[in-house]
Amino acid sequence: MTTVHAEAGKSALPHEPEKATLEGRNKVLAFWLFLGGEAVLFGTLFATFLALRNSTNDGPSAAELFHLPLVAAATFLLLASSLTSVFAIQAMHRNKPAELRNWLIITVVLGAAFLGLEIYEFSVYVRHEEFGMTTSAFSSAFYTLVGFHGAHVAFGIVWIAILIGQLARKGLTVVTAPKIYVSAMYWHFIDVVWVFIFTVVYLLGKVG
Amino acid sequence: MDWITTVDHKKIAILYLWAGGFFFGIGGLEAILIRIQLIKPMNTFLDAQTFNELITMHGTTMIFLGVMPVIFALMNAIIPLQIGARDVAFPFLNALGFWTFLFGGLLLNLSWVMGGAPDAGWTAYTPLSSTTYSATHGVDFYTIGLQIAGLGTLIGGINFLATIITMRAPGMSYMRMPMFAWATFITSAIILFAFPAITVGLVLLTFDRILGANFFNPETGGNPVLWQHIFWIFGHPEVYILILPAFGIISEVIPTFSRKRLFGYSSMVFATLLIAFLGFMVWAHHMFTTGLGPVANALFSVSTMLIAVPTGIKIFNWLFTMWGGQVRFTTPNLFAVGFIPTFTMGGVTGVMLASAPADFQFHDTYFVVAHFHYVIVGGLVLGLFAGLHYWWPKMFGRMLSETLGKWTFWTFIIGFHLTFFVQHFLGLMGMQRRVFTYLPNQQFDTLNLVSTVGAGLMGVGMLIFLWNIYITSRKPADAADDPWEDGRTLEWTISSPPPEYNFKQTPLVRGIDAFWKEKLAGHQAMTPSEPVGSIHMPSATLLPFLMSVGIFIAGLGFMFSRDTFGSDVLGFLFNNYIVTGLGLVITFGSMLLRSLFDDHGWHIEPEELEGR
Repeated sequence: MTTVHAEAGKSALPHEPEKATLEGRNKVLAFWLFLGGEAVLFGTLFATFLALRNSTNDGPSAAELFHLPLVAAATFLLLASSLTSVFAIQAMHRNKPAELRNWLIITVVLGAAFLGLEIYEFSVYVRHEEFGMTTSAFSSAFYTLVGFHGAHVAFGIVWIAILIGQLARKGLTVVTAPKIYVSAMYWHFIDVVWVFIFTVVYLLGKVG
Repeated sequence: MDWITTVDHKKIAILYLWAGGFFFGIGGLEAILIRIQLIKPMNTFLDAQTFNELITMHGTTMIFLGVMPVIFALMNAIIPLQIGARDVAFPFLNALGFWTFLFGGLLLNLSWVMGGAPDAGWTAYTPLSSTTYSATHGVDFYTIGLQIAGLGTLIGGINFLATIITMRAPGMSYMRMPMFAWATFITSAIILFAFPAITVGLVLLTFDRILGANFFNPETGGNPVLWQHIFWIFGHPEVYILILPAFGIISEVIPTFSRKRLFGYSSMVFATLLIAFLGFMVWAHHMFTTGLGPVANALFSVSTMLIAVPTGIKIFNWLFTMWGGQVRFTTPNLFAVGFIPTFTMGGVTGVMLASAPADFQFHDTYFVVAHFHYVIVGGLVLGLFAGLHYWWPKMFGRMLSETLGKWTFWTFIIGFHLTFFVQHFLGLMGMQRRVFTYLPNQQFDTLNLVSTVGAGLMGVGMLIFLWNIYITSRKPADAADDPWEDGRTLEWTISSPPPEYNFKQTPLVRGIDAFWKEKLAGHQAMTPSEPVGSIHMPSATLLPFLMSVGIFIAGLGFMFSRDTFGSDVLGFLFNNYIVTGLGLVITFGSMLLRSLFDDHGWHIEPEELEGR
């Protein structure tokens, strides 16, 4: 196993710094595998939701509940954050640490805004619609699926924020690059999951 | 302390072995208690509640905390050596996987002393596992303990996948990999795609029980059959997670002691792949009697029977490997040879159960109990015994006693068949599973007595094995590098036990059974693929242990979050999720530390390598 130390990487960063070391390559590969497992995790949650989405137990139904403009705004924020994370990785490949940092900050801010809207949405349901975890099988499935996604977003925000701090302390090296690359993969994944949630939960709930 | 902070795959293997052995012992005692209760009709040795707890914990413990860790022990000890690697891809995660498994298992077993073990069966079928029918915290221990332990398994699976994909020695293409490495590779892939499903299932059940959600409660719109789907979409692949490593072990042991190449190597690889694939397609054969309808039953029936084809390929390949070979009946090979007919019998009853109409008769009888014990004990446990006796000298540098090994084999296998063969007939005569006693004069009496005597004999076999380990550990560690003399794969090219860096120089692989090929060419050792150089090693760390302690505390805190306590202080701490929060702070704090401080590891320099 070879470890290229931080100093060595500074002046001449390789073109794809995330794959420059065996450790980096392992990280990227294992993260792809991990996302395969995550896909099964969300697949099971989606299956559960689909099985229970009409079991409203005299509580509010999806059509009564959802407010599409709000969800559309949240979707826009999250999709935009995926784009900015692409810009961040492009900046990384061009070896521009400052630009990379700025794009990551924008990504985190957009993600936090998305999460804020989601928390607002949940609080409206709970306070004004009497739609809580215990209301019906539909409500349990809804909060679990969307909440799991929200928890993933929250985890991603904290993770990328820590990486921004690490970038400031250690600079862009072959050690930090794989971490940033992997976090961007994660961010895309939760974005893709959201596209499915938007379709299966919200659109299907309104019109299906 | 050395053991708590280690990240060396060989030491983690030994940790897995002791921890798995410990839980295996607990599960075995539970089995003996169950058999004592069933020794005669209307026995009052145990009450119904205790019996329910024992069968639940026996199944859960054996599968998740007994055999899986022993499989992981062998994988950890052998896989990096077999593929010519210095370590696994992620030594830190390897340690984390072990500690989360251990703390998950401890949490589950704490239930015995903290107000009642889980009592809903190892499948935890809803609504039996709901708070309505299972009011103690037993099932909470089940859901949260298994969740934590399952995390460790998933981490291990991803680690082995990455290790096998990226860290094979030069020349070791996929089609030159030893069968045990192939089995590990495919098993890990199954783990990766099966465990997240049970993760979700356990979360949903936890939410139902602790947060009052309605997933499985029909009165509020939930669906109990949903639990069965989620459980078995994981649970059936789990069967192959258990048996494929045993297939891998048998495929190593039989060629070694037949002095022949494994017959039909490539067909073995593809049979393994096919079994893994089909394993995901058949989950509903556990649910024929839930009312899925004839079309679904027919489809799952046929797909289940299909699995007999690749399995049959494997059985015949083992037989053809022995055919014309110079077979030596050492202890590992006895277990491997004993495995073949025993497992085949389990497979045959599997085909019988796969027939949906017949399953309506066999369902929930001792026929099913006999079938899965033939597969899991007669298949997997015999395979593990073969593997443990075979690789023991490599792991510990000491040969187990052959005489005692043969005693272990004969007592265990005779005891096994006595216990479970008669259960087929008990089942056909209508004895129900999961019921704590039975009425006299139904012709169940004698066969149950025989079964219990057999279980005792299996226990004797285990004790002989433990005695063997004990006296072996007192002997000097003087096993040869290649103690069976006919070793075929890379692990036999280095000293027993291996140095912490495994290979001084990464070997060059020139064919299937790399070491055997060199021996045939008249070489004593492998050709190295690199000059002697500085070897990078990962540093030991306490963080994996701390992270697991944190998860353990968080799990306990969450479990008791809705309880009322006698003491105000306890109530305050638990009801406000302070205990849960504290646990999570420990875990995430450790993750933060790991992320902030880069660990560059250390190096073993060439002078040091030559000095030894």
